[in-house]
Amino acid sequence: MTTLDSSKEIQKSTPEVSKNHEDFRMFGLVTFLIADGMTFAGFFAAYLTYKAVNPLPEGAIYELELPIPTLNTILLLVSSATFHKAGKALLKDKNSDSQKWLILTAFLGIIFLICQLFEYFHLPFGLTDNLFASTFYALTGFHGLHVTLGTLMILIISWQTRLNTGRITSKNMFPLEAVELYWHFVDGIWVILFIILYLL
Amino acid sequence: MTISIDRQKDNHQRLQPNGWLRYFSFSLDHKVIGIQYMVCGFLFYLIGGTLASAIRIELASPMSDFLPRDVYNQFLTLHGTIMIFLWIVPVVNGAFGNYLIPFYVGARDMAFPRLNAVAFWLIPPSGLMLIASYFVEGAAQSGWTAYPPLSITTPQSGQIIWIISVLLLGGSSIFGGINFIATIIKLRRPGLKLMQLPMYCWAMLGTSLLVVLSTPVLAGTLILLSFDIVAHTGFFNPVLGGNVVVYQHLFWFYSHPAVYIMVLPAFGLVSEILPVHSRKPLFGYTTMVYSIMGIVVLGLVVWAHHMFTSGTPPWMRLFFTIATSFIAVPTGIKFFNWVATLWGGKISINSAMLFSCGFIINFVFGGITGVALAQVPFDIHVHDTYFVVAHFHYIVYGGTVFIIFSSIYHWFPKVTGKMLGEKLGIIHFAITFIGFNLCFAPQHWLGLNGMPRRVAEYDPQFQFVNQISSIGALLMAISTIPFLVNIFLSVRNGKDSGDNPWNALTPEWLTSSPPPVENWEGDAPLVVEPYGYGDSFSQKNKKI
Repeated sequence: MTTLDSSKEIQKSTPEVSKNHEDFRMFGLVTFLIADGMTFAGFFAAYLTYKAVNPLPEGAIYELELPIPTLNTILLLVSSATFHKAGKALLKDKNSDSQKWLILTAFLGIIFLICQLFEYFHLPFGLTDNLFASTFYALTGFHGLHVTLGTLMILIISWQTRLNTGRITSKNMFPLEAVELYWHFVDGIWVILFIILYLL
Repeated sequence: MTISIDRQKDNHQRLQPNGWLRYFSFSLDHKVIGIQYMVCGFLFYLIGGTLASAIRIELASPMSDFLPRDVYNQFLTLHGTIMIFLWIVPVVNGAFGNYLIPFYVGARDMAFPRLNAVAFWLIPPSGLMLIASYFVEGAAQSGWTAYPPLSITTPQSGQIIWIISVLLLGGSSIFGGINFIATIIKLRRPGLKLMQLPMYCWAMLGTSLLVVLSTPVLAGTLILLSFDIVAHTGFFNPVLGGNVVVYQHLFWFYSHPAVYIMVLPAFGLVSEILPVHSRKPLFGYTTMVYSIMGIVVLGLVVWAHHMFTSGTPPWMRLFFTIATSFIAVPTGIKFFNWVATLWGGKISINSAMLFSCGFIINFVFGGITGVALAQVPFDIHVHDTYFVVAHFHYIVYGGTVFIIFSSIYHWFPKVTGKMLGEKLGIIHFAITFIGFNLCFAPQHWLGLNGMPRRVAEYDPQFQFVNQISSIGALLMAISTIPFLVNIFLSVRNGKDSGDNPWNALTPEWLTSSPPPVENWEGDAPLVVEPYGYGDSFSQKNKKI
C-alpha cells in the first residue's frame, strides 16, 4: 500500500480502497461551497439589516438602472447552460466540442465582468459615499471576484480538455464537474444578489 | 499498473523525510500533522500564558504601575487572540482530531491529506504575524472581539495585521472542518455505522458543522472591518452612517458557536477517557449523540445573548434568553451521563482521570454561571465585569484546557510508546486545579461587586481579592514546570508502555504504539462497540 496521498491517488493506486468508498471529492467541494455561501449570507444579512434600520439621507437614495444587471443575469444563466453542454460533450468523448463550449462559457464570464466594470464606471456613487454604496460594491465586488476565479479555472480546464489523451477525459471528469458545480453556485448567488440588491 | 504504483510509492517516500525532520516538513501523514498542531499550539500557549501572567501581575495593585495602560490593552488583546485561535481551537480540533479521527473511522488517513497539511501550515505564519502585530506602530488593542468603533479609531496598522492573521486562521479552521466532515461521513470503514463511532467522532462532526457554517461569516465581517480601516467606508462607523451593532451580530454569529468549537471536542475527548479509566461503557451513548447535535443547532441561534446591553429590542432579549437557557438541557444530559459513567465503575486514580474529574467539577461551575448570564436582568448587572471573565475561563480553561492535559496523559503512550510519569502528573494536576480555582473563583465576587474587565486600574477596595487571584495565576504558571519536566523525562527515558497500557477498546489502541505509517499492518479492525467494557468485554469486537 502506498501512503494515501490525495483522493485521486486513492483511486489510482489502491483500487481496493476505492471499491470501498465512493468518490468523496465532490462531497468536500459541496461542503466548501456551503461555507462560501455562508460568507455571502453574512453580507446579505448585513445589507438587509442596514436597509431596515439605517435609512439613507434624502439625497442619497438612487434607483439602480436595470438593463445591465438584467443582461448580466442572462449572460450567467446562458453560461451555466453552455457549461452543461461541455460536460455532455465530454461524456460522449467529443473533447474538441467540449473545449469549444468551455471557451464560450469563459467568454460569457468575461463579458459579464466587462459589463460589471462598465456599470461601476457609470454609477453616480463611489465606494465610500454612503452605507448603501459601500455594501453594493462589497457584495458585487466579492461576487465579481468569484466570477474572475471561475473564469480562470474554466480557461485552465478548457486547455486540459482539448485532447482525448489529456488530463480531463470522459474517464476523469472530476475537474470539469467540480468547476461546473462552482460555476452554477456562482450563478445561483448572482440570482439571489440580483433579486436582493436590484429588485428589492 | 503495478510498476506505476511502485514508482509512486518510491517517489512519495523520497519526498517525505523520516525521523524528527518530518515534523518540520509538509507531511501528509495525519499523525505527524496532529503532533505538529499539538506542539505548535503548546508553544503559543506558553506565549499566551506569559501575557496572562503579565496581566495578573499588573492587576495585583490598583494602579497601572507594571504595564502602561495601552500596553495592558495590547497584552489582553494578544492574550485572548492567541489563546483562542492558536491554542485551543487548533489543539482541541486539529491536534486530537487529526490524530484520532482516522483511527476511529478505520481509515489510513484523512479524506484530503494535502488540504490537511495546508490547514496546519497556515497556522505558524499567521501566529507569527499576530505576534509581530504587537511590534508595529499601533498594535491592536480592542480585545479579541475587535469591536468597532474602538478597532477603527485607535491606531490601525497593528489592527490590520491582526485581521489578516485571524482571517488566515479562520481559513485553516474551515479547511480542517471540511476535512473532518468528509472523513467522518465518507471515509468510514465498510460495515461501521455512524451510531457505532466513538463519541469524539460525533463531537468533531458537530464542531466541524459549526466551523463550516459560522467561520465564513466571521471572515466576511472582518473583510468589511478592514474596508472600514483601509478604505474608510462606513459599515461600522456611526460617523459615516454605519451601524456598530451589525458588527456585533455578525461577530457573535461566529463567536458564540466558537465557544462550542472550543468545548464540544473536549466533551468528546472526556467521553473517550472516562470509560477507559473507570472500566465501564459510556452511559447513554444515544442521548450523548442527540445532545451534541442539539447543542450544534441551539448554538447557532443564541448569539445575541452577548449583546443584551447593545440596545436589543425586547422580543430579541426574550428569544435569546430562552434559547440560551435551553442549551443547559443537552449540556446537563452530558454532565449526568459522565457522572453515571463513573458511578460504580472500577476507577483508577491517575493523572488522566484526575484532570477529567477536574474538568467535570469546573465545567459545572462554568455551566451554572452560564445559565445565570443568560438571564437579561442578571446579565445587565454583570455585563463587562469580571463575572464574565470568570465564567468564560471556567468553560475554556477549567473545561477545555483541563481536557487537553487529560488527553495528553491518556494518549501520550499511544504517540510515543512511553508512559508519562504519574507522580509529576499528579503534582501537575494538584497545582493546576488549586491555582485555577484560586485565580478565577474570586473573580465571580469581583464581577458581582462591579469591577469592570479590560481596565488596567481598579478601585483599591478590590485589591485583596485581586491579589488572591494573582497568586492563583502564579500557581497556574508554575504548574507548567512539572508538566514540561515530565514530558522531557518521559520522552528521554520513560517506562515502556506496550501497545495498549490502558486495556482500552477504541480502535487507536488496536495497533502498535507508536502506530505504523498507515495505522495498521493489515486491514483496519471493525470496532462496533468501542465502549464494550464489563460483562460483554470485547465480545462483539472481533477483527475481520
